Amino acid sequence: MTPFTVLSGSAVLLEQANIDTDQIIPARFLRRPRSDGYNNFLFHDLRGADADFPLSATGNTEILVAGENFGCGSSREGAVYALADAGVRCVIAPSFGDIFGSNASGNGLLTVVLAADAWSAVRDAVAGGAEITVDLRRQHVRAANTEYRFEIDPFRKQRLLRGVDDIALTLESADDIDNFEANIPSMRAWSIPG
Amino acid sequence: MAQPLTLLDKIWNAHVIVARDDGTHLLWIDRHLVHDGSFHAFGILHRDGRAMRRPDLTFGVADHYVPSHARTLPIEDPDAARLVAHLGENAQRHGFDVMGMHDPRQGIVHVVGPEQGLTLPGVTLVCGDSHTATHGAFGALAFGIGATEAAHVLATQTLWQRKPRQMRIIIDGRLGPHVSAKDAILAVIARIGAAGGAGHAIEYAGTAVQSMSMEARMTLCNMTIEAGSRTGMVAPDDTTFAWLRGRPRAPRATQWETAVDAWRSLRSDPDAFFDQEVWMDADAIAPTVTWGTSPDTGLPITGHVPNPDDAPDRATADRIAAQIAYMGLEPNQALDGIKVDRIFIGSCTNGRIDDLRAAAAVLRGRKAAIPGRVVAGSTPVKRQAEREGLDRVFTAAGLVWGEPGCSSCTGMNGDVVPPGERCAATSNRNFVGRQGPGSRTHLMSPAMAAAAAVSGTLHDVRRLVT
Repeated sequence: MTPFTVLSGSAVLLEQANIDTDQIIPARFLRRPRSDGYNNFLFHDLRGADADFPLSATGNTEILVAGENFGCGSSREGAVYALADAGVRCVIAPSFGDIFGSNASGNGLLTVVLAADAWSAVRDAVAGGAEITVDLRRQHVRAANTEYRFEIDPFRKQRLLRGVDDIALTLESADDIDNFEANIPSMRAWSIPG
Repeated sequence: MAQPLTLLDKIWNAHVIVARDDGTHLLWIDRHLVHDGSFHAFGILHRDGRAMRRPDLTFGVADHYVPSHARTLPIEDPDAARLVAHLGENAQRHGFDVMGMHDPRQGIVHVVGPEQGLTLPGVTLVCGDSHTATHGAFGALAFGIGATEAAHVLATQTLWQRKPRQMRIIIDGRLGPHVSAKDAILAVIARIGAAGGAGHAIEYAGTAVQSMSMEARMTLCNMTIEAGSRTGMVAPDDTTFAWLRGRPRAPRATQWETAVDAWRSLRSDPDAFFDQEVWMDADAIAPTVTWGTSPDTGLPITGHVPNPDDAPDRATADRIAAQIAYMGLEPNQALDGIKVDRIFIGSCTNGRIDDLRAAAAVLRGRKAAIPGRVVAGSTPVKRQAEREGLDRVFTAAGLVWGEPGCSSCTGMNGDVVPPGERCAATSNRNFVGRQGPGSRTHLMSPAMAAAAAVSGTLHDVRRLVT
């Protein structure tokens, strides 16, 4: 996973609320191996129906500014693969689907939640063609010479900054896991499948 | 005095292995369910050369890609056939129990888990599917995860999680005739919105919930994700214990009594804190259908398609107009009477025996005016329905009786709704293209889908069956 620190550039706007993961990648493509390049399936049906769809499959932006509840619905991680394979590294929205947020951080994709006022200001800047900067370490988005702070789960931030694999990090707690596991038969024997 | 705890608090606390100062906890996972769509997670595990920690706590079932046509035929789509085969290969390689396409226990993962007694009160249960909240009906902490998290569970039997905020939805009173848990959850989602539960765990409570069957509670919890929340739960009670007793993998003999004793403490303490509470009146809930392309567009069947001109702001007006255009409707159009092309009864939301009985009660002695498919949620449900003669009610009405699986809910298995066609469905998502490119989905209960079959339109089941 590539560590995430600071990202600057132009952004693409996708303002519609409740863009679900079925839109981001229709279910019929989820059977394909990752090696196919999931960017080819990114917003497949929406792009097909709209020649002016702002996000291309070939990676025309690293930053996406999206509407509220982005990535709601199905837990399919293919939605994150499609964005990541198209080169998107950060999505800024007023809110995200909970599972999408978890899936994103597991793939080095930063989800930035901005309060409504800040989000509107960033959207206006992007709509006006301005470049923006996302600084994860300092937790702000800079647009039109103004900095907008965002909150992020410290653990998620640390993992994104370091680009570390979760499993490797978890295995640092191997003794704790072993101890917990060893106590289950005495604590909750009924939880072991009969 | 000890601090009052919620149901979630109690299960959570019992599973914390490591508590970091920043509020992230490493949780032990008691059950991991995998399916034929879980190949990305195994791909990550194999890519990194890792082993599975607890294959004995992992259970596989083929559901997303299995066709609903006769099982004597091979799967037509080579990709789907490969994924179903792949699940069996992974089970063999790692040594976990798998319920493949021909297994008598096979079905949709969220029907099979409870049926086999794998889903129990007080356990943590995860699955690479957003409708995993279904299992919360038993008082389990159950939530959907992506492939990276699933790989993490395969390798470590743990997950890093932040404790969600907590919301309690209290539904008091009694649901009216032909009004079901599906109508209740559609009404809940319409009330709080598609993101209303985001960042929260939801506990469903109240007298209407207490009097629900386990099947109804599963329907209720199933669509929690459609309100933006990963996990929904109901405190276990005698209804729960009676349903689970004697299930194949449930605790046995003296272990059962110990388990029930432990489970009885799994309820929110009287003064436990919830970040939000919502009250609903069960008596006021009507048979509900969605009109748009988001599950929060449910309205009573007696209602009308909204008019963008009545919207409070421009963004809302645009959103309503776009949905009306996609769905091929008119503003202010009465919902009752909208012409429907086909129906689908099934899915992890409404593929259980109660659901099939409710649909059959409407269809018995009647003919369907439009084509449709009825798909049991599992092979045991299918067998039970056949013992009760429900399959003959459906086929006599002119509907197709399919083989268990996700079928038309996702359209991943050949059961697609053609472009522009309107489907009355008991599934959980009406998203643009969900049932196939250009498909138009109206979500509703099994009784209402049956009424749509008979009338060929969206129709108030209470006017058809008195």
